[in-house]
Amino acid sequence: MIETGEILQTMRMIQEENFDIRTITLGINLLDCADQDPNRCAERVYDKICFTARNLVHTGEAIEKEFGIPIVNKRISVTPVSMIAQGDPVPIAKALDRAANEVGVNFLGGYSAMMQKGSTNADERLLSSIPQVLSETKLLCSSVNVASTRAGINMNAVREMGEIIKKTALLTAESDGLGCAKLVVFSNAVEDNPFMAGAFCGAGEPECAINVGVSGPGVVKVALESVKGQPFDIVAETIKRTAFKITRVGQLVAKEASRRMNIPFGIVDLSLAPTPARGDSVAHILMEMGLEYAGAPGTTAALALLNDAVKKGGIMASNHVGGLSGAFIPVSEDIGMIESASAGAITIEKLEAMTCVCSVGLDMIAIPGDTSAETISGMIADEAAIGMINNKTTAIRVIPAVGKKAGDVVEFGGLLGYAPVMPVNTFDNRLFIARGGRIPAPVHSMRN
Amino acid sequence: MTKALISVTGIDSTGIIARVATKLSEMNINILDITQTILDGYFTMMMVVDLDGAHLRFEEIDRELQPVRDELKMTIHMQRMDIFDTMHRI
Repeated sequence: MIETGEILQTMRMIQEENFDIRTITLGINLLDCADQDPNRCAERVYDKICFTARNLVHTGEAIEKEFGIPIVNKRISVTPVSMIAQGDPVPIAKALDRAANEVGVNFLGGYSAMMQKGSTNADERLLSSIPQVLSETKLLCSSVNVASTRAGINMNAVREMGEIIKKTALLTAESDGLGCAKLVVFSNAVEDNPFMAGAFCGAGEPECAINVGVSGPGVVKVALESVKGQPFDIVAETIKRTAFKITRVGQLVAKEASRRMNIPFGIVDLSLAPTPARGDSVAHILMEMGLEYAGAPGTTAALALLNDAVKKGGIMASNHVGGLSGAFIPVSEDIGMIESASAGAITIEKLEAMTCVCSVGLDMIAIPGDTSAETISGMIADEAAIGMINNKTTAIRVIPAVGKKAGDVVEFGGLLGYAPVMPVNTFDNRLFIARGGRIPAPVHSMRN
Repeated sequence: MTKALISVTGIDSTGIIARVATKLSEMNINILDITQTILDGYFTMMMVVDLDGAHLRFEEIDRELQPVRDELKMTIHMQRMDIFDTMHRI
């Protein structure tokens, strides 16, 4: 029998410490929607999504009510559109946006291309349409994989993505570059990630699958408050125990959603995903370990411990762990990160170091509007190299704030939050980016 | 067995348990366990109930509890027991 204290602990986690299921993401394969005629393809895509996801939001809400756990987002990820678009991809993008709106999800990811080794004609068409598509759709998210441990870094794609991020920022300048918040550049992108903006349903995925992302940085922070001043062994153990409990609920929700919708369970993603709400911050966990701000010396070590302990605790709590699984360190979506950036405690270079030990990368960082495409490409290349060499996913989601300079503030609203514009290193790298070609895969990619 | 936890909290008064238990009995919901205490005049009760015998669905049961909430001016939450079991038991 469950004891009263345990019941109260669960209730406190949900009611006071912002524990929630961050997302139920339904992965849908669209390969069978491919057609030479873009409009017919768009029609098939629309119909398939509306049919497959017809019960998603309703099911999510019913589980939320019965189990008493908030499920913040219901989302969809689809096959990378470049794999199904044999002509102009824009009608498909519009159809995806309409379908997302029709079934009531708050984001749909998969306007994507896998270009780590090179590009197909469809990849190129999709890439050049991204700025227009992100400015003309509301719910659609885009991602491009430019590198992997197996293939190396596609420096042509890296160069192009710098320009595409700039163009997207310009076309969505009225909303402080919101289009760029829906665009991720990946190294080692994962096929079952439930989190936006980088979710897509990879080619190795089944017809459809339920993937669940848990959250709960607030719960971890509160748990650490009870071990103030104790050695790191105790800190790690406390995080592990908490992560186990959080993940068990993620597993329960995933199984229940899978059963009710008669769609196979895919994975639980063990990520600690912050929001701009107070008490829901990854940076505050790092600060609870004894740092004045995120970014103070010791931050990378603190994050490494956190990331590892979350995985160790969570991995036994679910029978399939996947996705990104680690701590997220977005700037605008984390109140502690915003405070740290505003205080000048954290820089882009420190964030880059932190991405070596956690998932995912330079995330939701506003940079000055006049940052050059080459500088952005350089940042992408650096992150891609970290991912490639360390066999991990890394990503870039930066937002050039048009007309703004370092120290100004941009406001995205909702879960995307707000952020101070952070200064970037502007020393010239144009000759480096102009080279193009491929950076070869590292020696440890030869595992066979 | 589909078990749920019903938590009842608020200012203590006469007949809270009776009122809640009567309502549950009307819906053919069996009470499996009750713990109840008064903390600083604050009534706190937790009931574990079996929903299998009920002829109503979860959200209908929750709706049926609304008049009891209003009448007693108490906070009454109902949630499936599975969430506590999975979180605290391997």
